[in-house]
Amino acid sequence: MTQLALVIDLNVCVGCHACVTNCKQWNTSGAAGSLVDCNPYEAEPNGTFFNRVQTFEVGTYPNTDTVHFPKSCLHCEDPACVPVCPTGASYKRKEDGIVLVDYDKCIGCKYCSWACPYGVREFDEQRKVMTKCTLCVDRIYDESLPEDRRKPSCVLACPPGARLFGDVHDPESAVSIAIRERGGYTLMPEANTKPANHYLPRRKTTVSVRSDELYRSDNPHKIDGAPFDKNLPPTNEELN
Amino acid sequence: MRPAFSVLFLTTLIGAAQGLFIALFACELLAAESLPSSFFVGGSILVLIMSVLGGISSVFHLGHPERAWRAMTMWRTSWLAREGIALPAFMASVFAYGVSHWLGWGHTLAVGTFAIVIAITLFVCTAMIYGAIKVLKEWAHPMTIVNFIVLGCASGMTLAAAYASFTAPEIAGVLAQAAFWLTILGLITRGVSLWRNATLRPTSTLQTAIGIRHPHIVQKAQGSMGGSYNTREFFHGKSPAFVRGVLLTLILGAFVLPLVLVLMLPLLAFIIQYLGLLAERWYFFAEAQHPQNLYYQGKS
Repeated sequence: MTQLALVIDLNVCVGCHACVTNCKQWNTSGAAGSLVDCNPYEAEPNGTFFNRVQTFEVGTYPNTDTVHFPKSCLHCEDPACVPVCPTGASYKRKEDGIVLVDYDKCIGCKYCSWACPYGVREFDEQRKVMTKCTLCVDRIYDESLPEDRRKPSCVLACPPGARLFGDVHDPESAVSIAIRERGGYTLMPEANTKPANHYLPRRKTTVSVRSDELYRSDNPHKIDGAPFDKNLPPTNEELN
Repeated sequence: MRPAFSVLFLTTLIGAAQGLFIALFACELLAAESLPSSFFVGGSILVLIMSVLGGISSVFHLGHPERAWRAMTMWRTSWLAREGIALPAFMASVFAYGVSHWLGWGHTLAVGTFAIVIAITLFVCTAMIYGAIKVLKEWAHPMTIVNFIVLGCASGMTLAAAYASFTAPEIAGVLAQAAFWLTILGLITRGVSLWRNATLRPTSTLQTAIGIRHPHIVQKAQGSMGGSYNTREFFHGKSPAFVRGVLLTLILGAFVLPLVLVLMLPLLAFIIQYLGLLAERWYFFAEAQHPQNLYYQGKS
């Protein structure tokens, strides 16, 4: 069974919001109608977005890390939002695991957004229906697009390539390998929703050098039989 | 959570309506000979009026009320759909109960028993809409069902006492006594859940929300500057002093004042208790801490 998902590398994300704008552009131009923007040029601009980048500061000055954290629907394998829907407008596709909302069936009761622990569903104040990330279901299967363009808009837009897209149930897919080999994790595992989207953690690139590695056994200043520096441990030869 | 006013009116109105119907049926079981059928017809009309008002109020919660009929389709999984079926079923069975009293068809006990089963089912459905949301620990607890039933029965019984004081004064005193003890019971059960919710420790933290293990994490941006659905729907947006005021209002309005008044002035007691229960339902929403709020703690 296929489970399409995003894997977001927090070590690579620079917080540029390109994924946010490309997501908005694609999804506001689709057949489902535009994503509302209220007061776009006023003091309190707000609107519907399927994807947002948040920023967190980890640690205390001067040892701080700025973490940019893109957040969109996690397409949970056990989604809390789907069974609560009274109309069946919220559903999870069997064929690829994408969680979708049928805008023609949604009555706008907002109950699904209450059940979701992640706050990734946004009620559209203009269309009066619940909206959410579709994993660009209207472009990933579009055969009129070149094959390498059949990816979610956010993935295509990401300049440093922090967003990977693929089938997390296929152990050999790029996303599965990334999760497996680079410490992929899910958000709020205690909610038991089994998110399909994974995040790759921040990593510090450091070179670890042990003190014995600083000691050259072929050092020309080394006197036979005596350690070059008495503070350094003896070589294997000296011990033998 | 932000209290949704249409839902506050819905749950308090139909709760009192169900409680009133249970009171009516208890009257029929215990004192049918001394009561005219008009008592039951009038009571059923009152139950129906409140249920219809509650139903109308609930429509204002929907973005697309014209599609409300669809909300009955997913009864296999959704408590909201189950309530969508149980509420009209309750109205229909109360209507049948009132009509069989009015036209003297008999079988009122059988129809009434059926309506009682539907009334209790409706209580469970309404409460489980909240109780089934596992991420809201304040709601996902059996006490939610207990409180919806007890508070609905208490306010319904107070209304029954008020109704009887005009239509059947000989039983008004007994009903007021019953309302008094149900209100005491409600004070205890709601007190338990108030205490539980005040001392609840959240399961999710900012650390589990973004998956970074560090005790000191501060949000610097939330992906919007002018707020979003997430900042509107899941915060009540009131000051702690206001919330404390609502807590005091609900304790006085839903419990203390009705207890003082119900034996003497049942109608006034019901009006105050109803307003108090509106405050209680407001607080029920406000005390629920949604974990999504972890993602919306600050912006710069």
